[in-house]
Amino acid sequence: MQTLDMADIALREMNATLHAQAETTNQTAWEIVNPKGAHAIACGLDAPIEVTVKGSTGYYCAGMNKQATINIKGSAGPGVAENMMSGTVVIDGDASQYAGATGHGGLLVIKGNASSRCGISMKGINIVVHGNIGHMSAFMAQSGNLVVCGDAGDALGDSLYEARLFVRGSVKSLGADCIEKEMRPEHLAILADLLEQAGADAKPEDFKRYGSARELYNFKIDNAY
Amino acid sequence: MTDTSNGAPLTAPIQSATFSNPINAEIRRAAATGIYDIRGGGAKRKVPHFDDLLFLGASISRYPLEGYREKCETSVSLGTRFAKNPIELDIPITIAGMSFGALSGPAKEALGRGATLAGTSTTTGDGGMTSEERGHSNKLVYQYLPSRYGMNPDDLRRADAIEIVVGQGAKPGGGGMLLGQKISDRVAEMRNLPKGIDQRSACRHPDWTGPDDLEIKILELREITSWKVPIYIKIGGARPYFDTTLAVKAGADVVVLDGMQGGTAATQDVFIENVGQPILACIRESVRALQDLGLHREVQLVVSGGIRTGADVAKAMAMGADAVAIGTAALIALGDNDPKWEAEYNALGTTAGAYDDWHEGRDPAGITTQDPELMKRFDPIEGGRRLSNYLKVMTLEAQTIARACGKSHLHNLEPEDLCALTMEAAAMAKIPLAGTDWYPGKPGAGY
Repeated sequence: MQTLDMADIALREMNATLHAQAETTNQTAWEIVNPKGAHAIACGLDAPIEVTVKGSTGYYCAGMNKQATINIKGSAGPGVAENMMSGTVVIDGDASQYAGATGHGGLLVIKGNASSRCGISMKGINIVVHGNIGHMSAFMAQSGNLVVCGDAGDALGDSLYEARLFVRGSVKSLGADCIEKEMRPEHLAILADLLEQAGADAKPEDFKRYGSARELYNFKIDNAY
Repeated sequence: MTDTSNGAPLTAPIQSATFSNPINAEIRRAAATGIYDIRGGGAKRKVPHFDDLLFLGASISRYPLEGYREKCETSVSLGTRFAKNPIELDIPITIAGMSFGALSGPAKEALGRGATLAGTSTTTGDGGMTSEERGHSNKLVYQYLPSRYGMNPDDLRRADAIEIVVGQGAKPGGGGMLLGQKISDRVAEMRNLPKGIDQRSACRHPDWTGPDDLEIKILELREITSWKVPIYIKIGGARPYFDTTLAVKAGADVVVLDGMQGGTAATQDVFIENVGQPILACIRESVRALQDLGLHREVQLVVSGGIRTGADVAKAMAMGADAVAIGTAALIALGDNDPKWEAEYNALGTTAGAYDDWHEGRDPAGITTQDPELMKRFDPIEGGRRLSNYLKVMTLEAQTIARACGKSHLHNLEPEDLCALTMEAAAMAKIPLAGTDWYPGKPGAGY
């Protein structure tokens, strides 16, 4: 286990050290201590390493992650795992706004609650939230899966494209063009797999699926208001 | 028709200036279709512009340089504030961001070829970076847009600069649209959306909201790219003093300022013509913001929106810009709206010079289309050569003017080299009206 203490080294040195890890590195286990809510921790990683952050993080932790597994032993600030390409990010606590925004791939697990705009504009990422999510989540979400074991706030899935949304609890309201859809066997299989990967103790049968009505896909005057 | 005037002269028909024929035609079109007009390009209305400024030239009080012999430098460094690797350009005329999707792959390639031949940079757009664009562009600026279509860290790292697009002059506060007929398999794949649907580009970024957030976003981008490449921030001509101030506060290396004449691939005509300010009204305010921060020239200013000639380049630089960007003019240099396609423009209900339905994908010139047959009409090598020629001419023109003003570098041009032809231009550009030492709003002038 390699330890990077942010009480002793600057953010730049910390990220540069992690960026320097090659595909074939033997130093696969890393620990970051004293993060103290710093921004941009472990962003832009691109190696099969596992990084554990001992504490809470500021904005954009694990941004644009590729390959790496990043565990946050605390809560995460806005934009955690934004634009993630691959790999896994697990947050023990809560996540602030825009968790997993525009993510293209990989798995984001939030064991607490996620704030507003979780999964906004997601492009293939899988997100599993053990708790609740805030308003405007999955706004303009393009693809991937958002699984919510708790409740969803206002305007879920507004202007949704092809992302799948699974919610076990209540949905305060659905956004424009987002509707409840039939849960077919293939969806249950996807859900079961994601719940297992995320270590979530929930039954796929208890969830409802939401998706795009596809009424906004082509511009016409009735959609302009 | 019966003449009831008994031979007396008739009142001549008078067209209303308010309800003009074009306005009435638009009312009829709206009534028939129930939908607003969407088009490409920038503002077509007449606004005060660079044409309303003149250079004074040198005489006894200023000493000119010989037009064909003496050195007049044109190089510019962009991104010197924080980036380890600022962009070094031979000429201060860059190519503005235009998307693959709005433009064909060969058209993007031609922009890269032309820019590279002329020693300048080109810019990606909403839709990501294509391999042909990267391959043919010596200096490529990668736009970071609200949609984040195609955004990935590998392309960020192979870019020469990153341009965070907050807004653009054609539609400050507005998002974009790419209609389904232009969504080919490749465009759909790059944007991760189904083929054939209308793709919307959001009007605001998904993971930051204000200038304080933007500062942290820039920190993240710099960390991902190891602080190597410059970060530009592009703003539309809305509130240039405050927007420039906030962009600099957020950490920009370069501010890109785009006036309402700057083009877009597609948005509502009412938006293009009625939101945002002419570039002439924006430049001095943006420069004032940089000067108030003590960062003029340390944070570079790139100006766009209606740049057409070397005179425009020189005027923008005299007002304080470090460089300019061209979009519409570059497309025209490639062959957009060329009269040789007049019959086909007529078939589309328009004429060469007025064609702006770029979003429909039926461009006779094969530039703003994804139609394979139309794309064959455009040769990227020839297009690149034409663009390079045009850039060289603009540079020579700007040098000619600079030498006449006694300047050995385009950057030495200054507001004192200019006068204004109209009160409006004088007020907007803060340049004295010709024959006076006064402009409306001049401090100490009393009114």
